[in-house]
Amino acid sequence: MTDTGSDTRANAGPAPTLTGVGGPVPGYDVERVRKDFSILTRRVHDDRPLVYLDSAASSQKPTRVLDAERDYYELHNANVHRGIHVLAEEATALYENARDKVAAFIGAPRRDEVVFTKNSSEALNLVAYAMSNAAASGPEAERFRLGPGDEVVVTEMEHHSNLVPWQMLCRRTGATLRWIGITDDGRLDLTTLDQVINERTKVVSFVHQSNILGTVNPVATLVARAREVGALVVLDGSQSVPHMPIDVTALGVDFLAFTGHKMCGPTGIGVLWGRRELLEVMPPFLGGGEMIELVTMEASTYAAPPHRFEAGTPMIAQAVGLGAAVDYLTDLGMDAVAAHEHDVTAYAIERLTAVPGLRIIGPPDAVDRGGAVSFVLTGSDGRPLHPHDVGQLLDELGVAVRVGHHCARPVCLRFGVPATTRASFHLYSTRSEVDALVEGLGHVRRFFGT
Amino acid sequence: MKLDSMYQEIILDHYRNPHHRGLREPFDAEVHHVNPTCGDEVTLRVRVADGVVTDVSYESEGCSISQASASVMTDLVIGRSVADALGLEREFLALMQSRGTMEPDEDVLEDAVAFAGVSKYPARVKCALLSWMAWKDATAQAVGGIPEQETDR
Ligand SMILES: Cc1ncc(COP(=O)(O)O)c(C=O)c1O
Repeated sequence: MTDTGSDTRANAGPAPTLTGVGGPVPGYDVERVRKDFSILTRRVHDDRPLVYLDSAASSQKPTRVLDAERDYYELHNANVHRGIHVLAEEATALYENARDKVAAFIGAPRRDEVVFTKNSSEALNLVAYAMSNAAASGPEAERFRLGPGDEVVVTEMEHHSNLVPWQMLCRRTGATLRWIGITDDGRLDLTTLDQVINERTKVVSFVHQSNILGTVNPVATLVARAREVGALVVLDGSQSVPHMPIDVTALGVDFLAFTGHKMCGPTGIGVLWGRRELLEVMPPFLGGGEMIELVTMEASTYAAPPHRFEAGTPMIAQAVGLGAAVDYLTDLGMDAVAAHEHDVTAYAIERLTAVPGLRIIGPPDAVDRGGAVSFVLTGSDGRPLHPHDVGQLLDELGVAVRVGHHCARPVCLRFGVPATTRASFHLYSTRSEVDALVEGLGHVRRFFGT
Repeated sequence: MKLDSMYQEIILDHYRNPHHRGLREPFDAEVHHVNPTCGDEVTLRVRVADGVVTDVSYESEGCSISQASASVMTDLVIGRSVADALGLEREFLALMQSRGTMEPDEDVLEDAVAFAGVSKYPARVKCALLSWMAWKDATAQAVGGIPEQETDR
């Protein structure tokens, strides 16, 4: 494998048009898909079938991904980029091949724009630290430099992983953090867009699909405003890349971060995609083996991207697993995956809306919305139920949901709730699992009501 | 259902009708404690006179376990000497750390024995302990510090 910028654009499908219309997707056999995930046949507690509705936290992994990792360790394991023996060459080929697959999956113009990280959080921190490291770099890094008077823009619906790194960057550099608020319907409040993103804005970083509200944000609108003022654009694709066709060129952003474990891949592997011309001048974040060109006792020069940003022995097996996950998703077809999840989401919203005492926190319909549905609930006596109690009782019925602030505490503050219960779906989720959730919620309401 | 061992009727009763709720005057110390994993919060006041806990008042938000535990705790400690109340706190802490293996003494812990089942759910132990930790913190401030206990964290 080489790092030449071969053209890898393959499945650059159109962005999905999400409408409120539901209905099972012709040709998508979810029962067959479920057979690829042996964990979904587990029984829990009193021999109840597992209803896994926590894929936004982490997805399950198909057999193919597990096999790929096992195969790697059983047949090819060695360190990459540093041996001339057969195993080292095979390991390197497998690792770099995973990069090719990921590049094709997101429509990246070049394979060397794909940087492997340990997860989304590290990918986002990489950009934030590169920006403060720019202060000590040469004039080529000017684009990334930040100081007092400059502004960084996020939104109120960010996961802590796309908020805290920018707060920290602002603290290190003296820049100011600003954010776009949320409407009562759980959408971005774009009425103040032109004030929040202005000539002082150096970088805009925002979530593509919210992990707590489910909202799919209007990327084009934010990118257009950021371009007007010359700001860099970072997109947190942690919840979008696993669920819809993605084409980085069509999105028009500068960086895209996502994480393997939410897209049927292993934990411990994530991706930062960046435009080649930016990665070329971006200062490194972590120093170490593999990211250098020439080293003396006094100083070093750095390797070209992507290796400049991959210090130390990378997550080789996990990258191979991610490659297998990308193959799996590609074979299913991301258009079909998106359509199937849209159907389940629309059905869930319809059924949840009919549950007495239930209030959805997030868009009340399935338009421009992904399959993460947060809600709060009152008991049959009208008292609010704490999500912890809701989640605990659902678990006892075999229904796995997530409760808490979902690493997006400002969203809970915005809606005046201490926490929410969240059901989230993936390519293996079914309408009957939604039924199980709704039935469970009825039980919960009666249990705590007087 | 197994959960019934967590959501005992006693716990549900205290949750529905909490005792000693609401913030009262006078008080010697006030604390605010949170459980960051689930967002449970309690603001709690303690009044100590002549070495006796004469009042504990609180405002709290959270799950049934944390709400009920606050109610049970105030029943237990109000009217006791600080030393006795701290003894109860140690007893309750030991129960909650027992992972379901301890047989609680009902003569000592009264309604708090109902939380024995909660100790089997590691994610919920913090909910049950929140108000106790807040009470202990406030009491320490009210009396100007209490000696370190080896069971403390
Ligand atoms: C929107 C969003 N951003 C970032 C992250 C962080 O992902 P990771 O924990 O894999 O770094 C998550 C996952 O929880 C997420 O949902």
